[in-house]
Amino acid sequence: MSADFWNMSGYAVYVWGSFAAGLAVYLWNLIAPRLRRRATLEAIAEAQGDE
Amino acid sequence: MFAVVSADALRIRLQHDVLKSQPPRPQRLPMSWTWFHRLASPPTFFGLAQRLAPWCAGFGGALLLLAWFGGLVLAPADYQQKDAFRIIYVHVPAAALSLSLYMAMAVCGVVALIWRMKLAECVLVAIAPVGASFTALALVTGMLWGKPMWGAYWVWDARLTSELVLLFLYLGVIGLNSAFEDPRTAARACALLAIVGFVNVPIVHYSVVWWNSLHQGSTILKLGKPNISADMAWPLYAGLLGSYLWSAHAVLRRTQNELLLRERNTRWVREIAAATEPGA
Repeated sequence: MSADFWNMSGYAVYVWGSFAAGLAVYLWNLIAPRLRRRATLEAIAEAQGDE
Repeated sequence: MFAVVSADALRIRLQHDVLKSQPPRPQRLPMSWTWFHRLASPPTFFGLAQRLAPWCAGFGGALLLLAWFGGLVLAPADYQQKDAFRIIYVHVPAAALSLSLYMAMAVCGVVALIWRMKLAECVLVAIAPVGASFTALALVTGMLWGKPMWGAYWVWDARLTSELVLLFLYLGVIGLNSAFEDPRTAARACALLAIVGFVNVPIVHYSVVWWNSLHQGSTILKLGKPNISADMAWPLYAGLLGSYLWSAHAVLRRTQNELLLRERNTRWVREIAAATEPGA
């Protein structure tokens, strides 16, 4: 990749900042429900074991 | 004394008695709604979401990669905004989702309030964090676009302010949901807020038309003549479709979580929990 590409005609901070924020939100939407599901199922399995 | 009854009168009488003793014939409805009720049953929807979610994430992810590659590498720089215009490929899908998800949430609110459908309550609660995240993204990327173009990160302009109100509405739904012990009471309160807050959706959308705004007008939602050339437009359309699929995946997964929590004492959830290995 050329330096021009990373420089984004002088707007690098804004362009790359936006894409980084986007990446964070898209990944959060993938990972957060997954972690929650694991925690929920573990809690249910634990409650079953206690009975 | 005997009453004289003619044979014809007796026949009519008998027919009448036979007809009365028959159960009423069921009325045929013009359309069968059984599929809808079946779909709304928690285990059926859970199974359907389990099958659909990976496809949404797969196709959505592929489209997003294509869109970002097209937007960052293939699309030419804008003649006025230069490379700063590329922020559109994150900003517009996020802003479109922020409104669409709110509309979906309000529709779920209506269904949850009128028909007391448990699934609609779960979807409503599932949409709120996804919608809030995309609204926050639309605001942040808008600020990052505003600084080089307008010279300020933030102005109290109709579009920006109404989008901020949208974020507060989403946060309000999330807060209300966690404020009640009983999930059904919480969902009813959330449904009311979602419906009342719906008035903000047309305000956000038409704010650039109704008021003098710094924010530019619509780029693509113009029937017939979009204000963007084809080599800049296709990554945007791919990004929009990819983002809708990606958020559908998140909403499906979150709805599943909500169903697991609410139905934790039922057999089907216990079976799923028992089949899950600890730490898996």
